[in-house]
Parts: sequence; structure tokens; C-alpha cells
Amino acid sequence: MKRTQENEPTLQPQRSRRGLWIVIGVIAVVVIIVVAGALTNWFGLGGPSPIQLNGAGSSFAFPLMSAWSTQYKALTGVQINYQATGSGAGINAVIAKNLDFGGTDAPLDATQHTQNPTLLTIPESLGAVTVAYNLPGLPAHINLTGPIVANIYLGVTTKWNDANITTINPGITFPSTSIFVQYRSDSSGTTFVFTDYLSKASAQFAAQVGKGKLVAWPVGSGAPQNQGVANAVKGQAGAIGYVELAYVVQNSMSYAKIKNAAGSYILPDLNSTAAAAASAAGSLPAGNGDWSQVSITNATGSSSYPIATFTYLLVYQELNIYPSGMTQAKAKALVDFLRWAVDNVAQTAAASLTYAPLPASVVTLDVTTIRTITFNGVALLP
Amino acid sequence: MVFPFRRGTRRALPHPTGSSWGDLLFQAGSGAAGFAILVLLALLAVVLAINALPSFRAFGFGFLGSTAWNPVRDEFGALPFIYGTLLTSAIALVLGVPVSLGIAIFVAELCPGSIRVPLTYLVELLAAVPSVVYGLWGLFVLVPLLTTYVSPALQGTLGFLPIFQGQIYDRNLFTAGVILAIMIIPTVSAVSRDALLAVPQHQREAALSLGATRWESIRIAVLSYARSGIFGAVMLGFGRAFGETMAVTMVIGNRNAISVSWFAPAQTLSSIIANSAREGAAGSLELGAIVELGLVLMLVAFLINVFARLMVWRFLGKREGGLE
Repeated sequence: MKRTQENEPTLQPQRSRRGLWIVIGVIAVVVIIVVAGALTNWFGLGGPSPIQLNGAGSSFAFPLMSAWSTQYKALTGVQINYQATGSGAGINAVIAKNLDFGGTDAPLDATQHTQNPTLLTIPESLGAVTVAYNLPGLPAHINLTGPIVANIYLGVTTKWNDANITTINPGITFPSTSIFVQYRSDSSGTTFVFTDYLSKASAQFAAQVGKGKLVAWPVGSGAPQNQGVANAVKGQAGAIGYVELAYVVQNSMSYAKIKNAAGSYILPDLNSTAAAAASAAGSLPAGNGDWSQVSITNATGSSSYPIATFTYLLVYQELNIYPSGMTQAKAKALVDFLRWAVDNVAQTAAASLTYAPLPASVVTLDVTTIRTITFNGVALLP
Repeated sequence: MVFPFRRGTRRALPHPTGSSWGDLLFQAGSGAAGFAILVLLALLAVVLAINALPSFRAFGFGFLGSTAWNPVRDEFGALPFIYGTLLTSAIALVLGVPVSLGIAIFVAELCPGSIRVPLTYLVELLAAVPSVVYGLWGLFVLVPLLTTYVSPALQGTLGFLPIFQGQIYDRNLFTAGVILAIMIIPTVSAVSRDALLAVPQHQREAALSLGATRWESIRIAVLSYARSGIFGAVMLGFGRAFGETMAVTMVIGNRNAISVSWFAPAQTLSSIIANSAREGAAGSLELGAIVELGLVLMLVAFLINVFARLMVWRFLGKREGGLE
């Protein structure tokens, strides 16, 4: 409403009448568009609607899912919608049967698995969580160990020139600045993997903080999403944070080599991540088994990066259980997509986005799992 | 937020005898709309209460006094967030209200007519900027500015106070207070200006004719006359600061703890809800605790409104003006 001189009456019937007409006009236009859209759909005027598969969850897997979605649409015409809502939300939504598939970095916990025994776990890709830091003038990759990182996140180690850090980095002069700890403020699969590793590396961390998608950090400051933590680390000299590999590469940040179980300092990259997965691949459960204890952090093998993780897709074994929307054709499309995703072409495409390809044994396990998926009891993949 | 302005005690007109269908329809329609408010509020409270039940059963009233927030161990308490909310809002008021009043007095009383209208538009435009924009600006402009210059200077001069000691995190409680102060300025100054403009002209003329200076006439005749409206404006600003989510979440640093230092990260009721709303399965203790925080937020907002209303009724006589 326009304000003029102070003593003029502010109520102007003409103006408000005009406003009313504008509102009515807008509503009319919206109604016409919606009705027209619905009619087009009813009478099939828009052509046969393409099959759409809806998924959501892990924000870590989002860049990969969008790339796959574009590629798969060009290949088959099937539209895959994936929203980066976070791992916790992805699990909740697929359990509530609101999604055709869920994405998560943290496996179903034991309770969730017992309550949903037909929800299959399909490792789809691999990622590494890096320890990124902002120390101007220092090399791009300093050495750190699990116990040192745990002590930093516990608030025990507070200065960069702490003796524990300087002794494993000979030849580097560290500033005496305080360490500014950064973590994820939202529910995050990245946090789950990172705390899982720190709990293995430090008994004190396991007792005081523990592992989870959201934990009670004793020190530091939180930012949402991987990019938020990356920005927070870049924004303050002396900061340390944990971020997925793809994000530190995109943001050209410094990140640490971490000492692995075999005693070597390993830089996170595709090879060291794949090595970590390969060392654990022999002991994975079946697709309908309990994955809650699966972890490839602190993996054995001399070239394994210690903070690595699978990222999973969650799909029901019998697909004719959705209250609505699931058809034989759609179920078939979902299974075909899963088969394509774990195969060579898709896995190679993933590598260009810094997602490590699955080891062959894991691909074999995934194909076995996908073959068990049925619609009305009939297997969908020969 | 309820305006603590005094409303007229107008009664509904007596029902006209020859009422038409249109009248009846209008009456029923507006009655239903009025009733819908009550139903909405009740539904909101009931749904929140039901979802918060697991948490209330587990922690009882201890929830309000506990500082634990540990999803791994299923321990939850609201105190750090109540503390963060009240303190950031208080910083916002202390920094924001004097500036807002200055703007309002200048626009309403002192500024030449030619720039009054543009200035008024500008202030109202600021009030319409979405909070996420303030958050972005805060993150990229205010945060570096405060971290590099203001906070170290405060630590250098007032460092003997515990609140200005310790590590200066870039996103912290003080930053959140400052951004909130900036966000409430448009609201508080626009509403106070309306209150000042509502003061009858003869009040000013009377003061000036008795030999008062410009400042004296504003203080004695205008400000005191409009204080009910100004108080309302301040409470409105408090309400905005109190419930603000987006901008605060972006600059407060999100640490679930009470720190003495203002330069440490903190968390408010709304920012912890925004951060963890996606966590927690239906019926879980964690979701219950998050929803209970929402109830606490509603309850505290309600108490503040009641308090503001009582203040207005208690201290301000019936004769004085302000907004009607």
C-alpha cells in the first residue's frame, strides 16, 4: 500500500478493489493452467508419460546420481529423480514407502534392519572423507594420524604446533595458532563415517563421543552440508574440518595424509579408497543381511586410505508392496537401472567425479542381490 | 507475534432486522474464518504435544534445565538453546533499538519532506528482504568484518570481561546477535515511526509554544505520548529476533553448549530445530526432543507476549495515544 502524506486517509476503496481483481485474475490463470494440465494428462494428449523413478537421501551421492540420471535418461528414456535430503531422511522415506529407492552412506542400523527385513542394501559407490585444513603457507598435504585427529576433535589438542603434530611432520614449521574445529551441523552420513573411524582410532573418542550421523561434539563449530564445512574451513585460518574428497578437489583445499592400519601415511584418492574397499570385500553380508556392522574405515592393506565408505542404495526385495504407483514396468525399469549402475560403464563414469569404482567382488555381490528382486514373486532380471 | 497495542473497545453493531442472504453468508464466512484461527492453534499445539510425548515421558521437566544434547546416547536437554535464543535476542535489542528509534525520530520529526518519502520506502524495503539474504550477507560480509576487526578490538579493550575472552570463532553467538540487530531495525523503526506519526500535531505545537526546544518537544510531547506504540515496536522486533531461523543458523556456528564467551559458537531453539529436523525416525526419542524444543519455543514466545501485554496495561494509562 502506498503511503503518502501523514494525514491523508490511507484507506482507498478504489485501490483495494483493483487489488482484489488482480488476485482473482491470478487465481483464474492458475486454475486454468492446472485444469488444462490435468485434462492433457487424462486424454493422453501429452503423449505416453515416461517412467519416473524417485529416490532421495545421501547428499554425498547426489553429484553421482545426477550424472547417472542424465546418462541413463539419454540411454533409455527413464527419468530418475534424486534429491539430496541427507542419509537419515533417505532411510526414513524409503521405510515409509515414499520412495522407489533410498540413498545412504550409513547402513541401516540393526533395529531398522530387523523391522524391515526385505529392504535390500546395495553398495553403489565408494567415497573418502578427507581431513581438510586451512594453514596458509604450509604444504598441501601434511601428515596426521587417527589419534591426533581424535584429540583435536575432543579439544585435547588445541594448537597447531603441538608436539604430536610436529614430530610426524619433520621439516615443516607449524604456526602457534589455535585450531578451529569445524563439523557438520546437520544429520550426515559423512559424520557417521568420520566418527566411526575416530572411535576405532581413539578409545577416549569412542567413550566420550561415539559414532553417529549427529553426535555431541565437545568443541568446534558446525556448518550444514559438505560445502558448508568446506566454506567454513576456507573462511578461517587455523581451521580443520572433514569433507568428502570431491569437495576438497573442487575447492582446491589442503587435506591431510592419514596414517593407516599398516602404518603408512596415505593420501585419499580413487586408488587408496578402492584398496580400502577391496580389503573388506570378502567379508560383506548378503544383500538382505544385516549391514549395520559393515565398515571399511581403518581397513587393512598397505595402500588403503583409512576413512573410506561405501554409499548404498536401499530397495525392497518384493516391489509390489507400495500402496500405489508401482507397476510391473516401473519395477522392471528400477531393476534395470540398478544393474546398469553397478556395471562397468556407470562405474567408470563415477570415477571422473572422484567416486572410486566398486571392486569386482562387490559388483558380483550386487548383481546377485539385484537378481533376487521380484514383482508379485516373479524375478525381474534373468 | 501479537501487537501489544491497545485496541478500541468497539462493540459489534446490533443485528439489522431485514438482513439479506448476503449478510448472513458474510457473517457465517467471517465467523468461520475467526473460528479457524482457534482450531489451527489448537491443532498445532496438539500435534506438537503428541509428537513430543516420548521426550516428555523420558525427561519430564528436567528437559528444560538439562544441558545435554547427545543423539548417540539419547540424552536431550533444552537449556543451551534457551540460553542462546534469549542472549542473541537481547544483544539484538541492545544494539538495534537505539538505532531504530533514531531512524524513526529522524523520519517522523526532523527530516525535510523531500527525503522523507524515499527514506520511508527504503526502510520498508529493508523490512521485506527475506532473512536468507541477510544470512548470506552476514556470512560473506559481516562475518569476515567482525572476525578481523570488531571482535579482536573488543577483546583488546574489554577483554577483562569473561564474555569477550577465548578463541574467536568466525561464526559465533555475538555475530548472530549483530545480524539479528540489523534484521530488527527495519521492523522496529517502521512501526515506531507509525507510532510517532500518530501523535496529534497539537501536542508538538503546545510544547513548542511553551518555549520547549526541538529536543524537549520530541521528548516530552511526542516520545512519551507514543511510548505504548514504541514499546509494541520493540516487542515486535524481539519477536522477530526470537524466532529467526535461517540467518541465525548460517552465522551462529551451531554448537550445542553454553559457553561464557560470546565469541564461541552457540545454538538457538530455532537453529537446532532447523539443523536436526531431518534426523530421527517417527516416534523416536530424538524426534520427540526436537518437537519438544518447538513447543518450548512456542511457549516462551507466548509468555513474552503475555508479559508485553501486561506491561502495556500496567504502566500506561488509558489516556495516552500510540496506535489504535
